[in-house]
Amino acid sequence: MEEQYQVLPGPEAFLPPAAASQGIVLPDPGQAHIEGRLVDEEEAYEYAARKLLGGKVPTIFPGPLVLWKWNEKAAKKASAIRRLANALPARLIPMADYRPKYPKIDPAVEINPNHPNLTIWHNKIDVCIFVGVHCHQANLALKIIRGGTDCYTIAMCAQAGHEDACLSFRDISPETIDKLAATVERLKKEGVESQAIPFEQFVMSREGVVKGDV
Amino acid sequence: MSKEKIALCEDLADVMPPEYQELVATATFGNQDRGWKDIGSSKELIEQHSLCAGCPESIAFRFIMSSIPNPEDSVFVGSTGCTSLVFPQVGIHNIHSLFGNQNAIASGLQRALAVRFPDRVKDVYVLAGDGATVDIGLDMTMQSWFRQEKFTTICFDNELYANTGGQESGLMQKGFVAKMAPVGKKFEKVKLPEIAFESGCHYVAILTVSKPNRVEQAIRRATYVAREFGPTYIQLYTPCILEIGKQSMEGLDEMKDSESIGGRFVMRELMTDEVKAFIKEKEAEDKARRKQAKAVTA
Repeated sequence: MEEQYQVLPGPEAFLPPAAASQGIVLPDPGQAHIEGRLVDEEEAYEYAARKLLGGKVPTIFPGPLVLWKWNEKAAKKASAIRRLANALPARLIPMADYRPKYPKIDPAVEINPNHPNLTIWHNKIDVCIFVGVHCHQANLALKIIRGGTDCYTIAMCAQAGHEDACLSFRDISPETIDKLAATVERLKKEGVESQAIPFEQFVMSREGVVKGDV
Repeated sequence: MSKEKIALCEDLADVMPPEYQELVATATFGNQDRGWKDIGSSKELIEQHSLCAGCPESIAFRFIMSSIPNPEDSVFVGSTGCTSLVFPQVGIHNIHSLFGNQNAIASGLQRALAVRFPDRVKDVYVLAGDGATVDIGLDMTMQSWFRQEKFTTICFDNELYANTGGQESGLMQKGFVAKMAPVGKKFEKVKLPEIAFESGCHYVAILTVSKPNRVEQAIRRATYVAREFGPTYIQLYTPCILEIGKQSMEGLDEMKDSESIGGRFVMRELMTDEVKAFIKEKEAEDKARRKQAKAVTA
């Protein structure tokens, strides 16, 4: 019997196969997938929290759906993401939009779906969360990251999830983001220590970087 | 989309790159008197672009983006060409269409927006090159005018197919020799402004982008007329400096030469008497409002 494909950190190939083409299916409501294996979402919270706490440079990539205040729910998700970043701690690097930025992006402070590997490489990110990124752009970025980097990718998707992430939640909301933060807090209380290299989150203004590590 | 939605979530605003913070803080969304004079003092709705240095099209983009009266509720429909390289860099909703289909897409979009947002003014603009407007898409362009679709068509006329290497287009001048049209064009430049007017456009303007106040005037007039009457058309000369053998700094001179007396781009406007009266009334209203606002601030 053929072994099931596993969605593992790369670098896998210049053009890694779409996980869906390798038989990976999206989770049903109440489920998540860990490396392609469908699990109850409770198991995924625990697994994701441990992965994030175990990372040296855990990073959250918030996308336009949570950076821009389209509605009150977006603002609540943004608040929950900030709480999660503080709980871990994790860096926040925005994916503000999807344009190919000229002359080039600054990989220390932003990520672009067309070249996400640049930001991963530059910051030596070993585990990351995509949240608030439109699905088609997330699919593109997740595949490029798996193809060219060794970063463990976690997708917090408000729709049906992502096969191309190493771990994917679905139907996320402010409450489910808080649930992941609560899981992190619980594990820390139980003695699981964050392995993150100490850093200061950068702060930007209209003039540029105000403070923090870039 | 509306002005209220051009805001950042407070909890993540301080990690956003500077240009987005500036966009939210100083762009002229919601200012009905916005115009080209805001360039330099407020955030423009076009970020870095990928056009050639000195490209008149990039100047046209800046003037148009600063002149449209309702950017937060406007949608641009683009087509294949140099313009499609710029659209990812603009802070206004936009759709890329299949080459030539732009006016058909804009027709459906404008109708859908009118049904979905009956109480809100939504402006739709087609912005495409002369190949998409006059050659490959002429059918869709003219059919939208025949049907009296209420949106503005803007044609960037560079008189050839520029980004594919210089092939002959309908708007090319008679006798012009291009890199991939070595024999020289054998027939006259298509008189699309006249065709547009006869096809049902209520306001038509042809001009270069050498003078920003003229571009602003044409854009605003076309927008207001499209809302009230029906289709409008603007043809802007945006020469491709590469394809006509000019240097980066010579685009402006090329446009000025072409609009001097007897030139093919002397500014012209075509409109009915009814539209003329409407524009006069509208501009008087705008002037009175600006005067009043000035008096209040003084």
